[in-house]
Amino acid sequence: MSLGPYATFIEASYLVVLFVVALLIAWIAIDYRSQKRRLSELESEGITRRSGRPTMDKI
Amino acid sequence: MTLIDLANPTRFLAFTARLLPWLVAATAILLAVGLYQSAMAPDDYQQGATVKIMFIHVPNAWLSMFVWGVMSLAALGTLVWRHPLADVAAKAAAPLGAAFTFLALVTGSLWGRPMWGTYWEWDARLTSVLILFLMYLGLIALWRSVEDPSRAARAAAILTLVGAINLPIIKFSVDWWNTLHQPASVMRMGGSTLDRAFLIPLLVMALAFSLLFLTLHLAAMRNEILRRRVRAMQMIQAQAGQRAA
Repeated sequence: MSLGPYATFIEASYLVVLFVVALLIAWIAIDYRSQKRRLSELESEGITRRSGRPTMDKI
Repeated sequence: MTLIDLANPTRFLAFTARLLPWLVAATAILLAVGLYQSAMAPDDYQQGATVKIMFIHVPNAWLSMFVWGVMSLAALGTLVWRHPLADVAAKAAAPLGAAFTFLALVTGSLWGRPMWGTYWEWDARLTSVLILFLMYLGLIALWRSVEDPSRAARAAAILTLVGAINLPIIKFSVDWWNTLHQPASVMRMGGSTLDRAFLIPLLVMALAFSLLFLTLHLAAMRNEILRRRVRAMQMIQAQAGQRAA
């Protein structure tokens, strides 16, 4: 497969997409681990959630 | 399980845990097929091999607008029904939308240089997409700068709905104004003007990127729900500390 005289532009396009998508996946995976760790730390300290509070952040 | 059952965050988390592995597998398979078809697609008679940039540029450009559309629906959910999951959906989608818009701009620029002779032109399509990217960044900054999630949710929802005005401007900019950017060639009255050799890989890649968005969005929503639970528990911890002091 020959990419012709503009191969650099084609390769750069695919590489930047690959890089940004990999960054998004890594960010979401790291964030998930971080939230789970913080949640289990709080639970191990005996903190439990109160249910039925009306504000947006109490879910 | 009905759709309304998923509006419960705990049920949503359980549903997401079951669905995500399947979505990851489907996305990976479809991306692999799309990339293979893109690599095997013939050169265009005018553009040569640079037509391959289309297979990643167009899906990202579609998603840049689609994600704002999803956020607009979520904004209605926040303002009309005041459902917390609606704000979770919008907040989780914003960084993904910003990333897809950034990729549409960069790949478009890298496609424009060999085809138009310039990386950038301040024409209607490119400028309106740049504005969309800046609006994504503005929304992310708003969510981060307002401490109270309820207030941030309402402000972000209003800004999202106002920003939705930009979507038809982006879509029809190539028809309303004289631009360097080509007019619509897939979603247009009278059908696609693309040859099947390009259309099929493009549609497969568009579906693959849409699945990628769905997968990342559900995972980011799950993270946001956990983050809010952590915040709620930290506030309970702080209140308990104050009472003990």
